[in-house]
Amino acid sequence: MKEVKIYARAGQGAITTAAILGEALFHQEMYAYAFPHFGAARMGAPMNAFIRFDDKPVRLRSQIHNPDFIIVIDPTLIESEKCFSNLKKGAKAVVCVREKTKLPQSADVEIHGLPAEKIATDIIGQPYANTVLLGAFARVSGELKLESLLKAVEKRFEAKPELKQKNLDAVKKGYESV
Amino acid sequence: MKKYLEGSWAIAQAAKLCKPGVISAYPITPQTHIVEHLAKFVADGEINAQSINVESEHSAASVVLGSEATGVRSFTATSSQGLLLMGEVVFNIAGMRLPIMMVCANRAVSAPINIWNDQQDSISLRDSGWIQFYAENNQEAIDLIIAGYKIGENPKIMLPVMVCVDGFILTHGMETVDMPDAKTVDKFLPPYNPPFKLDINNPLSFGLLGDPTVYTETRYALHKTLEDVIKEVGRVGAEFKSSFGRDSVCLVEGYKLEDAQIALVAMGSVCGTIKDVIDAEREKGAKVGLLKIVTYRPFPGEAIKKALKNIPYIGVIDKDISLGSAGALYTELSAAFNATDKKISGFVAGLGGRDITIDTIKGIIESTKKEVNPCKFVDLKPELLWEEFKVT
Repeated sequence: MKEVKIYARAGQGAITTAAILGEALFHQEMYAYAFPHFGAARMGAPMNAFIRFDDKPVRLRSQIHNPDFIIVIDPTLIESEKCFSNLKKGAKAVVCVREKTKLPQSADVEIHGLPAEKIATDIIGQPYANTVLLGAFARVSGELKLESLLKAVEKRFEAKPELKQKNLDAVKKGYESV
Repeated sequence: MKKYLEGSWAIAQAAKLCKPGVISAYPITPQTHIVEHLAKFVADGEINAQSINVESEHSAASVVLGSEATGVRSFTATSSQGLLLMGEVVFNIAGMRLPIMMVCANRAVSAPINIWNDQQDSISLRDSGWIQFYAENNQEAIDLIIAGYKIGENPKIMLPVMVCVDGFILTHGMETVDMPDAKTVDKFLPPYNPPFKLDINNPLSFGLLGDPTVYTETRYALHKTLEDVIKEVGRVGAEFKSSFGRDSVCLVEGYKLEDAQIALVAMGSVCGTIKDVIDAEREKGAKVGLLKIVTYRPFPGEAIKKALKNIPYIGVIDKDISLGSAGALYTELSAAFNATDKKISGFVAGLGGRDITIDTIKGIIESTKKEVNPCKFVDLKPELLWEEFKVT
């Protein structure tokens, strides 16, 4: 069983990110339990979404405290939310970085930073880093096939054809950026 | 068909498969997504139902009371304060013998205001005469909705059903579910055809005055019918299994109890966490098992006694508290075992969304072995408590 913790602010699409990731794992016949945890339930407040996945049904319902992977959508949370504490040894991190973002140095964590918001702005026209980060996660994690992810993104944007291709391109660009 | 769905979406789909003619609910976190999805099904013409907007949960419950009384299958859903506001109508629905289906997205009650999960809301209405089921996962929520209608609508039963699902943990949790196909559901659940209904060609009254000469008998009849539901759950559960292949509709589910020395007893999503802990503990040689209560009303006392017969240590986990007494499940389970030499402890956990971790469950197992405690709050934070309330 592997555990992913996503750090974001409410409104940045962490739940959507978890939903797409869960759906992608479903397409490769894995079992995924994706769930949010809200703090104060207002836009901009720090929040988490989680994914726990396995090759058998996931029963464990607690929050994720020692993840194998983290995805940081908003780099301003790195210090305040202590994103890099309590990771499993050998954990991997996929982090959206901005110009002034300082990534921590850690021998125990494999950190992959990429300017996901900038990439998203270039491709989608909006700074929604989610699909870019998911593309990066697919390559870095070794758990998720790119084709499963593309299938899940395609399904997610079924009703919005103008956004579908852009997000598929964003996934691919994220995959290539790490 | 296997699908990857959010719990609320799965619940709404299950409700849709049951073809209710009237849906009425008032939005409240964490129930809102359920009724949003259902309202969309109605608006998109995917279901031949009326979705009736109301100004409060009291009205939502009143609308489905009225529609069900006219012989129309009805559905509602709520949480927490919403359920409490429905309370008066909830008792009336049972007393009038109207087999409405309600999904309760379990949430803590105020004060302090708290949107997160525990089971205080539905537990507080356990005495209303409704059948109550608690789902461990979203598959069970789907299955219990479909089977629940069939149980409640049996002309010999005619009782409302509340399917309780842990708020956020299940309602907002996405996981793989096997969504039954419409044809199989239609075959399993025939159209609603109540023996009595409001009909201008055959006028009847529902819920009128029952004075001291008749009131006791109406309550007795309701109580006896709930006792019959024990058998009906078994019967419909077997039929459900033959139609859909799953064991989910039952009174209780035992997990690794055969040789257990310690049994935990719990309801709802926490049972999944407990199963994982049991597997890990058994690898280390601990003989521990779980009894999951699926049907809480009627209370399956005999099934519980049978399942736990040879187990000396029992730890009951409640996500609720009858303040000034103990957890509800603990109290009733202890009463079922009166005058035995079992060591039964009660634990209050997971209130207002407090995370129940693997360590929480391990602590409960340890404590069950060590000492008898009727009402032990677990994972208390001493720094938040007055000196004299601190647990040593």
